[in-house]
Amino acid sequence: MYAYNEFDEKFVRGRVAEFRKQVQRRIDGVLTEDEFKPLRLKNGLYLQLHAYMLRIAIPYGTLNSRQMRQLAYIAERWDKGYGHFTTRQNIQFNWPKLGDVADILDALADVEMHAIQTSGNCIRNVTADHFAGAGSDEIEDPRPTAELLRQWSTDHPEFQWLPRKFKIAITGAPNDRAVTRAHDIGLRMVRNEAGEPGYEVIVGGGLGRTPMIGKTVREFLPKADLLPYLEAILRVYNLHGRRDNKYKARIKILVHETGTDEIKAMIEEAFVEQKGKFKGAPEGLMEMLEAAFAPPAFNNTQSLDYEQALANDPVFASFVETNVTEHKNPAYGIVSISMKPVGGTPGDATSEQMRLMADLAEKYGHDELRISHEQNVILPHVRKADIPTVFAELKKVGLATANIGLISDIIACPGMDYCALATARSIPIAQEISTRFDELKLEREIGPMKIKISGCINACGHHHVGHIGILGLDRAGVENYQITLGGDGTETATIGERTGPGFGAEDLIPAIEKIIDTYMGLRETPDETFLDAYRRLGAAPFKEAIYEDVKHARAA
Amino acid sequence: MASPRFKHSQIVTANDLFDGDVVYLTKEGGWSIQITDAAIADDAERAAALLSKGAAQTSRIVGAYLVDIERDADGFPSPVHFREQFRTRGPSNYFHGKQAEFQ
Repeated sequence: MYAYNEFDEKFVRGRVAEFRKQVQRRIDGVLTEDEFKPLRLKNGLYLQLHAYMLRIAIPYGTLNSRQMRQLAYIAERWDKGYGHFTTRQNIQFNWPKLGDVADILDALADVEMHAIQTSGNCIRNVTADHFAGAGSDEIEDPRPTAELLRQWSTDHPEFQWLPRKFKIAITGAPNDRAVTRAHDIGLRMVRNEAGEPGYEVIVGGGLGRTPMIGKTVREFLPKADLLPYLEAILRVYNLHGRRDNKYKARIKILVHETGTDEIKAMIEEAFVEQKGKFKGAPEGLMEMLEAAFAPPAFNNTQSLDYEQALANDPVFASFVETNVTEHKNPAYGIVSISMKPVGGTPGDATSEQMRLMADLAEKYGHDELRISHEQNVILPHVRKADIPTVFAELKKVGLATANIGLISDIIACPGMDYCALATARSIPIAQEISTRFDELKLEREIGPMKIKISGCINACGHHHVGHIGILGLDRAGVENYQITLGGDGTETATIGERTGPGFGAEDLIPAIEKIIDTYMGLRETPDETFLDAYRRLGAAPFKEAIYEDVKHARAA
Repeated sequence: MASPRFKHSQIVTANDLFDGDVVYLTKEGGWSIQITDAAIADDAERAAALLSKGAAQTSRIVGAYLVDIERDADGFPSPVHFREQFRTRGPSNYFHGKQAEFQ
């Protein structure tokens, strides 16, 4: 993992000291709230519905055990004993007090973490494939690049006041687990004809009010050109992005209004200029970053423990089926720990659970943990022979839910249980869906299913790219939920289609059940996934099923 | 009498500067974490006066605004909108916030 150098350490400590003084000036009345708000947001501090919320960056979703333990400590010492992992690989604490925040930031700095640029109109935490460095399908680990981008974007003077926030995601694998096509910039590592690794650069994706799939502006960008090319994109956006209307200020609108060919030409022109001035990353930096993320020393000693446990323990076998993914080293597995217990809050972990996961990472996982945008925690490098032990330990703290990729592995934003922007609640909907389908015992039979729930149009819950997406709205003072179908956040990214009028909270779960029943009834084989079936059938049979009663009521 | 455009009685709410908790402006001009202590305005003029009184206290609170309420059976204010109902209690997934403090 990357370790802070002297400069990083000094910079982060300096920011904490600065923020401590800013808080004091706010408390003393020297700063008004209007003056203080942008300062606190730049340090990840929001004021939400019931309390402040601190959003902490987990750069490219990578943590070590010491950092995870520190998050557990912060949760206990200054919050309510738990943290919430988000769809941008951050962690949020829902109950910090203003006077404690600088202490929390200092505690984070102790383990090389911070909350810088987790809010505001700047380049946000760079997200990455959560299987980076472990996936068997990977071209290269994207994290050295992600760390380069973190260093480049942090406090970049030109990009501190962009027209709007700016999100970058990167994957090193052809199977896109980082939703790159729904980011302001998505980077997908590809090889050129000579076999050299570089990036496909995608611009102008995004969800929210105006969902858009990003456009490829470069099929192949050599690695060495990455920074000047990104600077060119950002410069075009900074100059031409709309500042007159907040809802039209994201780069996706600029790309859409300008047209892909024209924006490409503008970027290329800026790139030529930028490349001429660019002196390259500091010598040896990229090599140093690549060394920092070098694969761990894998232990390849043979053992039959894993195969024996698979054969003898059906509960373990069931866990492996959903929660263990093939590792690039055949002696290893990638273990996904579900933060979606039946009836629980998606993405929440208690201090006790965080400590257990840290212990497991330290003992069995080469000291690495990942946070996925799907709000789960991953042990990327576990020797297969150790997976039975890891499973047994997870069970003890309620973390052995075997549901990764299934209907109860739901993404949900905090919604109106916490968020000041929300128009309806998300969490109770996720809780009800997972509880209901657990009762029905249909989860495995249904197969791969991604339900994603947002409590407002800003789409933090990625509902547009859910196989089933749910959007909570306020309809004349009542919570109302719109359904979208057929969304996809992977390399075959698609924005889901709205079925029609929304549902009240009490009618929503029955509607979801009808959608599932329809799929089960119409799929050609048990292997035809919901998404495949939807693509074959279109929306009609599903709409028919969920609006049947409405039609009857109208006909009567 | 309420003016024609003034549909509901109103109270003033904000968040506490120090801990972010939901607070309500009281008759005495201070702030309470319980909605039952909130001063009620039954006309637009009184509502505007309450809001300006509350909003001025920027060293204690953040973001004062008016909330439409109805009076419950005991005469206490009860918000009309679900968002404001949630703010009187706390989140629905955990027993945290006001619901835990006032049990």
